[in-house]
Amino acid sequence: MSPDVLTLPRTMVDQVLAHARRDHPDECCGVIVAKDGLPTRLFEMENAERSPTGFTFASAEWLRVYRDLDDADEEPWVVYHSHTATEAYPSRTDIRWSETAGFPYWLLVSTRADEDEVRAFTITAGVVTEVGLQQT
Amino acid sequence: MAIEVRIPTILRTYTGGEKAVEAKGDTLQGLIDDLDSRHAGIKGRLITDEGNLHRFVNVYVNDEDVRFLGSLETPLKDGDSVTVLPAVAGG
Repeated sequence: MSPDVLTLPRTMVDQVLAHARRDHPDECCGVIVAKDGLPTRLFEMENAERSPTGFTFASAEWLRVYRDLDDADEEPWVVYHSHTATEAYPSRTDIRWSETAGFPYWLLVSTRADEDEVRAFTITAGVVTEVGLQQT
Repeated sequence: MAIEVRIPTILRTYTGGEKAVEAKGDTLQGLIDDLDSRHAGIKGRLITDEGNLHRFVNVYVNDEDVRFLGSLETPLKDGDSVTVLPAVAGG
């Protein structure tokens, strides 16, 4: 497993893209969790902001999901969300929140055009690095 | 008065890797002070320099977000459970 590549089942990426299209023009958000570095489950989260320019995990839902994954000895692996009018690249707000959110990877989708745009990143101490997205 | 505090992965560096620890306090503020005396530095991740709960964390008492209960003044009693999570947001 290389930190330079995020490997995800194609079905999970398809689910993220479908979620983004469904919630457009608002941003969608969700979590992919992993066990021993292997992605295991995807949780579509409610965007408490219901906004085209931001997202926040709904507090009560996030508690239920976190307890579920923690009890299963899984770990937060990927946080995903969509940008609905801009490119699939972390915004300044994303970078600010990344320092405390605790996800190794950020997956960004853009729904601004008809064609899907999905890209993966690590954000470490404010530095954004694009990584490959390998679909299996 | 021991209260179980569940710690998220990102803060387990402060608890020696423990998922849950015990602390004491009559209020959430007191509990966090006690927690910091056992796990030095964790308070700075929960409370701002101005003394407010950090917006980058969610704290729950018995599964209720303390922002809806009374924030740091939320009273605690024996047997309560406290959960700390990173808040997740972006733009």
